[in-house]
Order: sequence, then C-alpha cells, then structure tokens
Amino acid sequence: MSKVRVLVGTRKGAFVLESDGKREQWNISGPHFAGWEMYHIKGSPVDPNRLYASQSTGWFGQLIQRSNDGGKTWEPVDNKFVYDGVAGTHQWYDGTPHPWEFKRVWHLEPSLTDPDTVYAGVEDAALFRSADGGKSWQELSGLRRHGSGPRWQPGAGGMCLHTVILDPKNSARIFIAISAAGAFRSDDSGQTWQPINRGLHSAQIPEPTAEVGHCVHHIAMHRSRPNVLFMQKHWDVMRSDDAGDNWQEVSGNLPTDFGFVIDVHAHEPNTIYVVPIKSDSEHFPPDGALRVYRSRAGGNEWEPLTKGLPQRDCYVNVLRDAMAVDSLDSCGVYFGTTGGQVYASPDAGDHWAPIVRDLPAVLSVEVQTLS
Amino acid sequence: MIRVELPAHLRNLARVEGEVQLEVEGQATLNSVLDALEARYPMLSGTLRDHVTRQRRPFVRFFACQEDLSHQSADAALPEAVATGAEPFLVVGAIAGG
Repeated sequence: MSKVRVLVGTRKGAFVLESDGKREQWNISGPHFAGWEMYHIKGSPVDPNRLYASQSTGWFGQLIQRSNDGGKTWEPVDNKFVYDGVAGTHQWYDGTPHPWEFKRVWHLEPSLTDPDTVYAGVEDAALFRSADGGKSWQELSGLRRHGSGPRWQPGAGGMCLHTVILDPKNSARIFIAISAAGAFRSDDSGQTWQPINRGLHSAQIPEPTAEVGHCVHHIAMHRSRPNVLFMQKHWDVMRSDDAGDNWQEVSGNLPTDFGFVIDVHAHEPNTIYVVPIKSDSEHFPPDGALRVYRSRAGGNEWEPLTKGLPQRDCYVNVLRDAMAVDSLDSCGVYFGTTGGQVYASPDAGDHWAPIVRDLPAVLSVEVQTLS
Repeated sequence: MIRVELPAHLRNLARVEGEVQLEVEGQATLNSVLDALEARYPMLSGTLRDHVTRQRRPFVRFFACQEDLSHQSADAALPEAVATGAEPFLVVGAIAGG
C-alpha cells in the first residue's frame, strides 16, 4: 500500500510526518536538528530515501545534511557556498550598492534523474549545484552575472533565490525565481539565463513593468505541461502558457491577490491552489479566516476551501515553500503555517484536518508519495 | 594537547560529548587551534569562521583563562595555560535570539 512522507522544515528543527495512503493516522518524528532553522528538506524523485536538508542558524551559519535512509539518519555534507569570482554588488533597500554576501540556503531541488545531483537556491541570490551528493558545490554564476544583477534588490525576507523548477521534458531547462528580481529561465543547463517577467506589473517599483525587480513569491508547474507556469507574486496571481515568455494575471475573484504559496494538483494540471494573505504589513488571512482557494480553470475563477480550517481568530501566515501535494489517486494537499500547524486534505482540498498543531513556525513542507 | 569546549549545538554536530582534545603543531593560536579542530571535525568547518574571509562569526566568541580572546590577532599566541592543556579554550555562542 502506498505511503506518504511529509517533510516539514521549521524555525526550530525538522519533522517527518508519515501515514499510509488513507492519510488519517500520522506518525510524527522530530525534532531533527532541534534548535536549528530548517529552511527546506526535499527528497530525490529517483531515490526517495535520499533527502537533502538546509540547516542554519545566525550563530553557526549554514549546513547541508543528507540522508540515505529516508530521514532516519543524517550526515553533514559540504557547506561551502562560495560565489564564483568577484561577487559584486546588488541594490540595498535604499537603492545603494550592497556587496553580495552568502547568508543561507532557501531551497534544495534534487535532480529529476540523478540522486547525487541537487541544486541550491541561496540568499544573497544565486544558484549552486552539486553533482556529488552535496560533497561540493559550484555556483552556476551565469545567473548572477546576468547583466541585471546590480539592479536586484532584497525583499523583506532577504534577497533570496527561493524557487527552482526543473523541466521534466527538457533536461536543459531550469526556471528560478528571486525576491525581488523576478523569474529567470535557462535553456542550457544553467549556463546562461534570461529574465522572464514580461506581463508582470509591480506598482511599487519605479518602473512597474521593468525587466527585473519584481517580487515573485513562488512558481509552480505541473510536470505534464512544463510550458504552463503559475506564479504567486507579491501582488497578483499570474499564469504563463509559453514557459514564462509572457504572463497574464489570473487573480480573478480572489479576496486578495497577495500571498506566498501556489501549487498544482497532481493529476489535474489546470487545478491550482493559493492561500490569500492580507498585506502589505499584516501578513495574515483576511477576516481571521484561513482559506485555501482552488481554481479548476487554471486561474480567474476561484472557490474558497474552508472545511476543517479555522474560520475565525486565525492570524497565521503560510510561507512560500510551505505547500505541497502528494500523487495518490485522490490528490492530497498539505500546507504549514507560521503558527505551527500542518494541515492535510486527502481529497484535493475539499476537507482539511491538522496533522499536527503545535510545531515551531513552519518554513517549508514537501511531500513524498512512497510505494 | 589543547582542550576545547564547544557549545551544545556544535557538540551535537560533531557527535562528541564533553571536551575535545587536540594536538596542535607549532604555536597555539586561534588559527592553529581552529584549523586543527576543523581538520578533525570537518563538519565544523564554516560554523565558527566564515569560509571565505576566515573571520569569526559575529555570534561566536572565544574565551580562556578568564579572558575574552575573540578580538586578538588570529595568529597571536594563546595563553600558556591553554597551550599546555591546563585550561580549556572555550567556544561560546552568544546568548541571543528567539
């Protein structure tokens, strides 16, 4: 029988939540790496027991942990993320030049074909790659050396490269997103990059339709349609049907088009999920009601999903890497909150229940469907 | 023999209990002790000093013999009592954070 393993990164450690295919009874293990910030944990699609985890603190910096047994045991691998050549400067919050400085790894994206190859999206924004299971890291510096680098600027969370998407039908194509630079695509395995932000409109920046400078919060793709991308931007939910060359707004009837997460149903490539959040400063759900919104039309027409979610006095946030789906026949949807809850829906969002309620603030949620 | 006391997070990371004992060739300095520590426990590399600048991380301090050694030259001799193992070299994480 199939099983589900949910990998949860929090402000104070990692947790592994496991269930059978019914997704009713859960076994919770952790905290792993207690006291450390676990920005992201993700498993290899070709070897589900191979996990990579980003571990950091303000005291002792960045570590990368690797597991070969599905998270039962871990070993630290290389943590040396050194920018290629002279790092240069990007814009600081006040528009002045600021040196590029490595701070942490936000996102780890294992290769679709090789368990020893993994990509790391870091702050200050850059993309690194390891081809030896994390034993060494090399920057794909063509991204940072794209001529627009000096115009990139941090968002409130830092200048982070938080999204890495590998194209399942074109092994040379990679999508990434940076707050606040925007989305970029490489068609040559990360050697060269082009910004793909045409159609984005950000009223808060000096030139609202600029080539770069947009605060993209997250991007999602369904593996059957890699040219179709869905984006949750700082404001606006967007869709591209041409691999990012052009974007259209699909916020439609959402109560607010601000948010962080966005994800796609495992079997219905036109069914997408967001969690609208009130902004700019509040960053909690409108009206204190936690609602996931689902569109079965690839955007524009959205329905609130509320059954099992708190509909009053709820003031949590759902951060950009904290939603994921499983691939069981009835698609499971999962998300974690800054209040420490991890919610699961075994029926594509119709009904929700907390797997666990009182973890530290959740930074990331990933799901593995195990046979 | 140099005795090094690590903070709890780093003891867990290095999978050690209690003090770490190191042999340091030549003069005992911040650099030579930390180099020896990282050579024996590679997982600690980068946790005390920045990989590139080799500067002490801001929330890490070094103490021994009732002295704060954090700001002394990384190549200056550590106190004789540290070099002989009479006193431990203390790595301390700042009391900070939430």
